[in-house]
Amino acid sequence: MNRQNVVVLVGGILFGFGLAYSGMTRQEIVLSFLQLKDLGLLFVMGGAAAITFFAINVAAKYIKTPILGGKFKPRRLPFSRNVIVGAVIFGVGWGLSGQCPGSAVASLGTGNLPVLVGIAAMFIGAYIRGLLDS
Amino acid sequence: MFPLGIEPYLIGGVIVGIGVSLVYLMTGLHATQSSFFTTTLSWFSKRKHFQKESNIQERNWRLVLAIGLIIGALMHTLTLSLGGFWTTSVQLWRLALGGLLVGFGTRLSSGCTSGHGISGLASLSKISLCAVIVFMGVAVVTANIVQMLGVTP
Repeated sequence: MNRQNVVVLVGGILFGFGLAYSGMTRQEIVLSFLQLKDLGLLFVMGGAAAITFFAINVAAKYIKTPILGGKFKPRRLPFSRNVIVGAVIFGVGWGLSGQCPGSAVASLGTGNLPVLVGIAAMFIGAYIRGLLDS
Repeated sequence: MFPLGIEPYLIGGVIVGIGVSLVYLMTGLHATQSSFFTTTLSWFSKRKHFQKESNIQERNWRLVLAIGLIIGALMHTLTLSLGGFWTTSVQLWRLALGGLLVGFGTRLSSGCTSGHGISGLASLSKISLCAVIVFMGVAVVTANIVQMLGVTP
């Protein structure tokens, strides 16, 4: 495995550990947020975004280039209707099932096998998106 | 508002942020999730949508990232988790239909809770902020309608 993949693996392990620690790997906890019974999810997203904000806007400016080489690019997308239409469709799916891509994949590590059905369906959904993109 | 307290949420979120930041500062890559589906499909579909050069370039590290997520959650389950292994009781049709919409919607939107919600917000992207407000609002409405219709769990 090259150095980049080793870093990605370690980062992914932290990501998955944090999702499990915060309960986001449990669809019931995500649904209780979406039913506005437990607003903790805001602290997960906010905490993660705050640390990442510091990395992108402060630490990266200080070290100038990534330690293993390459270039820093903040994540900016051009404005498009698809971003918003897609967000609506994603919102319906998230509200129905309590699954989002990262939390569903991580959830496999907690032994939550039914979520395999959800992940398979996500692949099918991503495939249909590809079919419609001509 | 916070029946389980805020500590597990905040600490978990900070650990996620450290993982994303580590990857960014070392490699310049954004450790976001939903692209994983598209890049992985590039091994199986010859369609142009999946065979884009960026998908081919990213597919290895995105698969490694997904494997890392599973290992990380497994490590938590085997150490700090009080109940050990766990299975959702949310009905399979909800996981399936919801998953289909999540897969389609996140790829149409070019981002999900991590792409828009973590990396996009941290990059001060206005379009990501709009996406987060929209998917969160729609998800709250959907979850409440589903609950009102008496669908549990």
